Amino acid sequence: MTAAAAPAELDHGTSGAGGAAGHGGDHGPSTGISHVKLAMWVFLGSECLLFGGLISTYLLYKTRANGRTLPTDVFDIPFTSVSSFVLLMSSLTMVLALSGVSRGDDTAGRAWLLATALLGAVFVGGQVYEFTSFVREGVAFTTNPASAAFFTLTGFHGVHVSLGIVMLMSLFVSSVKGKLTRNNSETVEIVGLYWHFVDIVWIFIFTVIYLIPAD
Amino acid sequence: MSVEAAEADPSEAAEGHDAHHPTDWAYVKIAIILAAVTALEVFTYFRSVLDWGVALVPSLIFMMVVKFYLVITWFMHLKFDNSIFSKMFTTGLILAVGVYLATLTAFEFFG
Amino acid sequence: MTVTADAPLELEAPPQPRYAERPLGVLTRPQGGRGWRDWLSTVDHKRIGIMYGTAAMFFFLVGGVEALLLRLQLAAPDGSVLGADVYNQVYTMHGVTMVFLFIMPLAAAFANYFIPLQIGARDVAFPRLNALSFWIWLSGAIFLNTAWIVGGGGADCGWFCYTPNSGVAFSPSHGVDFYAIGLQILGLASLISAINLIVTCLNMRAPGMTLMRMPVLTWMLLITQFLLLFALPVITVALFLLMFARLFGAPFFDPAAGADPLLWQHLFWIFGHPEVYIIILPAFGVVSEVIPTFSRKPLFGYEFMIFSGIAIGFMGWGVWAHHMFVSGIGPISVAAFSLSTMFIAVPTGVKILNWLATMWGGRLRFTVAMKFAVATVAMFTIGGLSGVTHSVAPADTQQTDTYYIVAHFHYVIFGGGVIGLFAGLYFWWPKVWGYMLDERLGNWNFWLMLIGFNLTFGPMHILGLQGMSRRIDTYAAGYGFELWNMVATVGAFLIALSMLVFMVNVWKSRRTAASRPAPGPDPWDARSLEWSIPSPVPEHNFDEVPVVRGRDEWWHRKYGIDDDGQVVRVATVEEAAQRGDAVGVHLPSPSFWPLAMAVGLPLIGYGLIFNLWLAVIGALIVIASLYSWAFEPVDDPDADHGHGHDEGHDGGGESGDGPGPDDAVGEVETAETDEPAAVGASEGQS
Repeated sequence: MTAAAAPAELDHGTSGAGGAAGHGGDHGPSTGISHVKLAMWVFLGSECLLFGGLISTYLLYKTRANGRTLPTDVFDIPFTSVSSFVLLMSSLTMVLALSGVSRGDDTAGRAWLLATALLGAVFVGGQVYEFTSFVREGVAFTTNPASAAFFTLTGFHGVHVSLGIVMLMSLFVSSVKGKLTRNNSETVEIVGLYWHFVDIVWIFIFTVIYLIPAD
Repeated sequence: MSVEAAEADPSEAAEGHDAHHPTDWAYVKIAIILAAVTALEVFTYFRSVLDWGVALVPSLIFMMVVKFYLVITWFMHLKFDNSIFSKMFTTGLILAVGVYLATLTAFEFFG
Repeated sequence: MTVTADAPLELEAPPQPRYAERPLGVLTRPQGGRGWRDWLSTVDHKRIGIMYGTAAMFFFLVGGVEALLLRLQLAAPDGSVLGADVYNQVYTMHGVTMVFLFIMPLAAAFANYFIPLQIGARDVAFPRLNALSFWIWLSGAIFLNTAWIVGGGGADCGWFCYTPNSGVAFSPSHGVDFYAIGLQILGLASLISAINLIVTCLNMRAPGMTLMRMPVLTWMLLITQFLLLFALPVITVALFLLMFARLFGAPFFDPAAGADPLLWQHLFWIFGHPEVYIIILPAFGVVSEVIPTFSRKPLFGYEFMIFSGIAIGFMGWGVWAHHMFVSGIGPISVAAFSLSTMFIAVPTGVKILNWLATMWGGRLRFTVAMKFAVATVAMFTIGGLSGVTHSVAPADTQQTDTYYIVAHFHYVIFGGGVIGLFAGLYFWWPKVWGYMLDERLGNWNFWLMLIGFNLTFGPMHILGLQGMSRRIDTYAAGYGFELWNMVATVGAFLIALSMLVFMVNVWKSRRTAASRPAPGPDPWDARSLEWSIPSPVPEHNFDEVPVVRGRDEWWHRKYGIDDDGQVVRVATVEEAAQRGDAVGVHLPSPSFWPLAMAVGLPLIGYGLIFNLWLAVIGALIVIASLYSWAFEPVDDPDADHGHGHDEGHDGGGESGDGPGPDDAVGEVETAETDEPAAVGASEGQS
């Protein structure tokens, strides 16, 4: 459910006026800080405890096989490395998109937004492939506590990435319609914060779940 | 890595908005470092080439922290932004690490 | 709805609602006004606060009736009012209702209504998200209670719903599913609200209102919001796991599959212990406002009060396992959590001492609000002391799952939380409604509640030490339980009677309001900014944003120090208070989309339990509302009180909001606000 809060925050958040309060008038009861950006950071602080709980659940259960195959037995590290790399690079395209939009270069902004969404889609596609191949190899959602925790954790992350893709595409469409200009580039920055957060969660997952050996 | 803000957009500066944005080239350099660290991380998987022994887990965690830090400071601008954002985020992060490490310890996860 | 003694402010907008035709979607944009439809679309933090409070009081009655049923069942040995199964459901729903549907929303009512007023703001940072929080909360509350009708009964696993007892095997009805999904919906509401209020507190303070000048109520509510922010995701994880375990058969808590049911207990109490402070800190804040006012002294040790609040907030994260001493967590964990639990008594004790020191030497006025506040301190101290006995692990082993625990947490939550919030109700009632509550009936209310409360929960200490278990549906005669159970039941009905007196008081005071003098802006000679504006508060809050020069700003506008060092009155309330007659104040426009979105969430819940197609419909409603919301500017271009502006500046596809809520709520429309550099402002002005 917390995931659902993200777009709710954002949609409100991207009021394009974050700047307005930020540079508030002479009687603006403000601190010079954008409401929306602060809200996003506060939300991300909260998300740490969400993913922390899911990661801890997996760590606790990762060797509880119930006499069947563990997720760690079927990990395909080279494959996951590629998709991790793809997600990591999408963070680069995300900052480039923000950079493009905020200096008024709509073409670059749009191109990088689209590139970010595509890289995200490649990652989610890879995850779908990974899930199906795991199921083929006998690791389904209810196989054992380890698999249930694994699918819940990575599934939660995948849903976060997918929501991010929806936001990116919405930004792309509004840019094409000419509604996304340098004046409301903060919208891109907010979505970017969310996107990078999803990326750092994966940085964590990739090391702790995939690379550190299970024994 | 101190390319920050060398050529901040003048109109942005006029707005007083994030006067310290790094350049695109700085971002690319950060991404190259991230990619290199990731390559090194993946390299640890091929233990037949090089066995890291007891250094494996600490090295992996170190590399993870480096990547994490680079993304939040540069890509998420914490390095350049108001410190209140960092405070909000690190409060959540520290609480999360604290309570969940304590929980896992209570389960004798660390042996 | 609002009962007004004096006429409310006339804005430029015509008083009657006007529903303009707009091709924006299925719903035309509401224009604001005073009809019932305007409550559905309001984004005014005060109206949202009133709705929170009203709904919370309704659920207090629901939870109260459940409590009376429990006490009837236990009044005498071998009770037969409820069967064992229904008894389990009733005590579970009693706990869940009182915690999530009464105290938390009542605290949210205070937070919504008073945080902006105390910091000198026009509204919260995100007015529509604020409305969304309320409607999501209400939809979750209704969803949870429909379990009685469509779920085959309420949840029957206790409010903490321990696994594997809450698994399908032991709890086959849908009650626990409603619990798992309902609490997620409620949690989402609280999370959104927490983010909103944190940003409001940090970002929207009036000029000069530094953090260390904020009133203590606002401070305690801010700490509460941080606790919510960080605690809710933890229970969300736990509830997700429970939901997946029940609906899809995931073996998260199945010991036979190698899982560890203790995981639930850890996750629940990592949330659950901060939750205790989420319940109690708002009441602490209320008491910290009421006691200085009626002692006619500034709060003793303001900084200590704030820092002890922060300390409680932080330390509350390190004590959760004291709820689990008998679950086999091991001697080291027990020792560590024993110690941390003893330590957390220190900042709490600091607060109690500060309240006493505030009263010491003051010119005390024992109004009903003050009586409730003093009672809060006394009752909470009793609860705190029995809490310290739990921190001693061997004693706790004896007390666990007995009525001693029930006695303890009711002294904390009812004696501290509820009585404290009642102090707030009597204190701020004139500010919200424009008339005072009757003091004579208020006294009846107070004494009946205090005596009833102690009769109900005092004897439970004895019952617990005698060995009576919690959650048993009946007991045999001859164990020595009869007398005290009967006393507790009598006490429970006295509490019910006191609530009846409260409702009579509200009804009678409201009816006779016109014949009594209006309370004016500041009936209590109080200290913080909300008393500097008319009662009831005008829609735009402040005519002009106050400039704050110190703590207790409003008091210092009324009083000064003469040459002899004596406190002297320098201004009457009439001179110092704002008149509430500003016109053309820019306010955020109402919207139906928060309500529309909130309708979708319970449908998703029902869908997950009964039929996934329903969930699809719910999800479509949520998505459609989200996008309609995004494309609806915060400020309605057709609204009268704004100035015309086009929608051309809309943000991204996700966004589309016009000028941010930020400036919309923060500024009086005067010439100087025209700042071309700022998007929002230029839009508001163009």
